[in-house]
Amino acid sequence: MAHRVDARGLSCPQPVVLTKKALAELQAGQLEVVVDNPAARDNVLRFARSAGCQVELSTAGDDYLIRITKKQV
Amino acid sequence: MNEKKLVIAAGAAIGLLSVLLVKFGNPPNMGVCVACFIRDIAGALGLHRAETVQYLRPEIPGFILGSALIALATGEFRARGGSAPIQRFFLGFFVMIGALVFLGCPLRMVLRLAAGDLNALVALFGFAAGIWVGLLYIKNGFSLGKAQRLAPSNGFILPGVAMALLLLLLVKPAFIFFSDKGPGASHAPFYLSLFAGLVIGALAQRSRLCMAGGIRDLFLIGDPHLFIGFVAIFVVALGLNLTVGQFKLGFLEQPIAHSDALWNFLGMFLAGYGSVLLGGCPLRQCILAGEGDTDAALTFLGMLTGAAFAHNFSLAASPSGVPLSGKVAVIIGLLVVTAIGYFNLPQYVQATSRKERSTYGTQS
Repeated sequence: MAHRVDARGLSCPQPVVLTKKALAELQAGQLEVVVDNPAARDNVLRFARSAGCQVELSTAGDDYLIRITKKQV
Repeated sequence: MNEKKLVIAAGAAIGLLSVLLVKFGNPPNMGVCVACFIRDIAGALGLHRAETVQYLRPEIPGFILGSALIALATGEFRARGGSAPIQRFFLGFFVMIGALVFLGCPLRMVLRLAAGDLNALVALFGFAAGIWVGLLYIKNGFSLGKAQRLAPSNGFILPGVAMALLLLLLVKPAFIFFSDKGPGASHAPFYLSLFAGLVIGALAQRSRLCMAGGIRDLFLIGDPHLFIGFVAIFVVALGLNLTVGQFKLGFLEQPIAHSDALWNFLGMFLAGYGSVLLGGCPLRQCILAGEGDTDAALTFLGMLTGAAFAHNFSLAASPSGVPLSGKVAVIIGLLVVTAIGYFNLPQYVQATSRKERSTYGTQS
């Protein structure tokens, strides 16, 4: 099962902080981050890209689902 | 336009419009200042009676409405709230106290720096130090809790207040105060101020520009994205100030400023410390309030109340320095912000919810 971070309702920078922590704990594989505001979406996307991960964005109602794939280091 | 260009454009627009607003009548180095302008609005409404700082600055309603309009147009307007509203109110209150002891919000700090006022450099160190300390809490799991979606009407309250303020400025009823002298009497023409406010509000909403966020992201994740906006404001304002002869390098006799280094540092330390726990600087709070965030709207009301207190109880600085009461208020503010940081760490939040579960017999 993919690891999941639910950062809905949280204001910046907490979605990024939670994503960073979850990515650090993850050896390799997928992490799903759910956010509900565009500023958090952009921040998480930018952070994941700068960490060298692949990202995929989809929407579910008012929420944004960001799938982050971390490659084996 | 990509993200990076947008944040540069927003910063450049703020730098340009700020110098222009001063040229057309706003007080020196105060083309745009969220703290000073909220203070002037508090004065105009009679919430304080400092006769030199009373004017219904249209830039502030402009920020809120510019953000609201663009957020509505792009589908980003969402009414939400319930993330520690009363604590946010007091964070807003003390961010304002800190800013008025320095004499400017983080935005004016950059504008003062771009005009050669080196007191703002001392303040910048204080602001960054306050953000750094606030980040210690954030790294340890500090959270003011999740906001919930609310009925759309909630999100329109502060934009409605912004429209009412503009209406009061146009109608000028007798109960609204207007300064005859001092900074409150200096202002650009109404339409230029409103236009600048709307443009800055819209661009700041699209780019998420935030003075506290810029330094925060740099420290926290090494991301310079928002900081680039900060730099763009500085570079454009500096270039224009040099061109129009508004640049004067030094600490002494800077317009609407004092040179008490310790309190410039501590005032902006408090502003940075409070802003990072709030998740954004005073400008960002106006922008969030415009796009339906009622917690930011309450923070705005906290800032308005802080500004009223600052002048009713002589807490605010003036060019002659910082009064003792202002120094005491900053220290109280530092204690309150520290307490808010501490008691919203996971161990305290979770300890309370465990107790609640056992009291009400809910299974965990």
